[in-house]
Formats: sequence, structure tokens, C-alpha cells
Amino acid sequence: MIGEEPTGFGANPSFFDLVRAEGGSAPARGAPAGEGAVAAPHGTTVLALKFGDGIVMAGDRRAVEGMAIADRRMDKVFPADDHSTIGIAGVAAQAIELVRLFQTELEHYEKVEGAHLSLEGKANRLALMLRAWMPMVMQGLIVVPLFAGYDLARREGRIFRYDVIGGRYEEIDFHATGSGGRDAKGSLKKRYRPGLDRDEAIRVALEALLDASEEDAATGGPDPRRGIYPSVYVATAEGTDEVDDETLRAAYEQVLETRQETG
Amino acid sequence: MTMPYYVSPEQLMKDRSDYARKGIARGKPVVSLEYADGILFIADNPSTHLYKISEIYDRIAYAGVGKYSEFENLRIAGVQLADVRGYSYGREDVTAKSLANAYSQALSNIFTQEMKPYEIEILVAQVGDSGEDNELFHILYDGSVTDEEGVVAMGGESEALGARLRESYRPDMDLKTALQAGVGALAADNEAALEPARIEAATLDRTRKRRKFWRLDPERIASLLG
Repeated sequence: MIGEEPTGFGANPSFFDLVRAEGGSAPARGAPAGEGAVAAPHGTTVLALKFGDGIVMAGDRRAVEGMAIADRRMDKVFPADDHSTIGIAGVAAQAIELVRLFQTELEHYEKVEGAHLSLEGKANRLALMLRAWMPMVMQGLIVVPLFAGYDLARREGRIFRYDVIGGRYEEIDFHATGSGGRDAKGSLKKRYRPGLDRDEAIRVALEALLDASEEDAATGGPDPRRGIYPSVYVATAEGTDEVDDETLRAAYEQVLETRQETG
Repeated sequence: MTMPYYVSPEQLMKDRSDYARKGIARGKPVVSLEYADGILFIADNPSTHLYKISEIYDRIAYAGVGKYSEFENLRIAGVQLADVRGYSYGREDVTAKSLANAYSQALSNIFTQEMKPYEIEILVAQVGDSGEDNELFHILYDGSVTDEEGVVAMGGESEALGARLRESYRPDMDLKTALQAGVGALAADNEAALEPARIEAATLDRTRKRRKFWRLDPERIASLLG
């Protein structure tokens, strides 16, 4: 590969195209459609909301396989790059692979081109990768990502949701997906208001996950005994940071206290 | 009637080497120094957008001198190799050594088989957890590789430049001292002292998180050179 003149005009900055051309681990084209879903662990609830400086994305830690809990500590929210995050619901194996591929895609572009992709560009790229995943969807291996980040050009947080076949839709305030997505969304709807600050936004996200875990068996609640808390990331102009467990524990205690008082 | 010319292999290789060396000597140099927190790269580069120093992978950087299109072509191939390898195995399995071997093979093939050799020299460097674990591979136009330590100078007049650099080099310098030493060596045979705007500098800094590569912006360079 090294030393070959690039074919065509200019170097292709896409890692996804590169591994597909080499027959790497990206999905094969035209895999046969199967019947029904394969039994595999599924990730459940992820959500994102905007706040004054950017976005918060959070996800519970449970993965289920049918009626059984497959994993208590699964991470479903990941930093995509310095200014964006990706969360995933659906078949865990596919979802984690998609995230790894997407992270490499963004970093590869950045290194080859010497510049970041625009947030719009990243969102479109993810849609394109999902469309390439179509044969897997036909086999019931469904992945539904949520993408959110800070748009450096527009100076604001933005949230994109996707459907299983790669449709891309921008949300103006918040969104939740996965089995507990409906409950989380109801909760977000009540508590969200524009211009939240960082701590408030984290708290709204935690409350929404807690509400989802109370209504949906596949969504895990916080587990202080084992020290398991949701994965929460914040993306702003300064970068993408994971919120540490200590902050989350304190925020949860506050939420539970308020709830005990009000019943 | 035309006579077929006989050119001895020695002569052929010598001509190609001379051609490549002349091309490289026309370009501006790049130096690299190991310092306390990692590896520093400095280039005399009037362009603020066309870089000579860049990131390949988490711990690995690349620098090239000579013909831009040629070392840029190899840089992209290196990024592709590194990303594919890191994706299919693990991130720590991408090493400067394997990249240096790939570059060496590629340059050697080009040198012997193509119409003209590449007029470039490249440096592939990897920062380790401690100074002893740093790796610096200097690869020439004909594919020959040398494993360097402390300082590396590439480009025109690289021998004199390297000698000047070694004079001012001390192990475990801080970033400021290392930058001053490097810029001092680069500026010595320039009539005008190097302006901060003309200096391209980047480091592989082991104190950073996953991606160790870090480009120094002009303000930072100016303040360090103070």
C-alpha cells in the first residue's frame, strides 16, 4: 500500500472506504437477509440534550439478552472526537463496532486532511455508514445511534438522531432512544428548558435515566452498592469530557433526596 | 546506427543518489530533539498551511524534507497503514518500527525501479514512556534506515546542522531550552534570524493523553523563544 500513487484525483480521507476496499471488518455488501433476530445482547437507553455551552449525552449501563441481564457495566456512550459524542442502542456487538469504526473514521479524516470535519460532515458520515449496514439490519441486527456535539462554526450544541436505515434527523432540544427512550423522553420533556447550565443539564439527564429505569425493565438504574453509574459525557467548545462517578453519585443523592421529600 | 549504451550499476546508482541529494539540498531543513517530556520537531517552513511535521498515530509523528508532493504522499500512506493496523489489531500494536520498515521498503523500491528517485528524507519517531524508550528512525531517499538518538537533522547541509545541534544539545532539556537550541541551530546559517512566524514546531509529549502529538501555535513559539 505504501508508496503507491493514489488512484484517481486526491487522497480519499475516509477510513471506512479504505477498510471496505480492503475487505476488512466493515460490513460485507449484499449479505443475505435472514429471518428473525439473532439472540445477542442489546444495549438499551441513551439520551442527549442541549445546554448553554454544548450538549450532554448519557446512557444507562445495562445490556439485556431476552429477559436476562447480559451486562451491568456496558458503556453505550463514547466520545466520537474532541467535540462530539456518540451513543448507541441496539445489538451491542454491532453497535460497539460501529462506534470504533466511526471514531477511527473521524480521526483518520483529521490526520489525512489536517483539519476537523464539520459537525454536519460527521453527522452525514454516520448516516452513510448506517446505510452500508443495511444488510445487517435485514438480519435483525439493528443499531440506532444518537450523535451530538458542539458545532465550532455555529457555536452551539447540536443533536442528530438516526433511524435504522440511515435516515438522519436533527433535534432542536433533546432526544432519547432505545427501549427506555420513550420514558426518558417524557421525563426530559417535563424538565428540559433552553439555556440550562452544565450541572442542571447533567441532573436532568440523570433524572430522565432514572425515570426510564423505573418504567423499563431493560434500562438499568444507578447501582451505588457496586459503584455503577450511567456514562455521561459533556461536549463543549473546550472539548469532550466524561463526567466522573463522584459527581454523578453526588447528583444522584440529591435527586433521590428530592424524590423522598415529594414521595 | 545507434549503439546501445552500457551504464554500470554503480554509475546508475550514483547518478540517482546525486539527483536525489541535489533535490533534498534545495529544500529547507527539519531538526528533531529529544527533550524531558518527549520529542520536539522544528522546521524552517515559510508556509503556515503546508506542514512538514504531522501526526501518524497516538505516539508516532512524521517529518519530511525535500519535495512536498512526495513526502506528503508517503505521509498519507503511513496514516492509512497505521489506522488500518490499529483498527484490526490494537492501538498499541502500531509501532514506529513497522512504519519505518514499510517506508524503507517503499523508498528502496522507488529508488531502484522508478524513473526517478524520491527527493526526500523522512523521520518516523515514537515517544516512549521514558526517554530510553523513544525511537527515532531516519529514512533516506534510497530506503536506508538509521536508528538515531538525541538529535536528528535532515535536509540541505544536514551534517553541519547536526553538528551545531549536538553542540547545544543536552539530555533532559525542557521544552523552552530544546526549542531555543533547535531554532538556534537552524538560524545559524541564515542571514536573518528565524522569525517565529516561519517556524513550524510540534512535539510528541508523553504527558498528554492518548494522542501525544501536539502542534505549537505561533504565539506559543514566540513566547517560548521570548
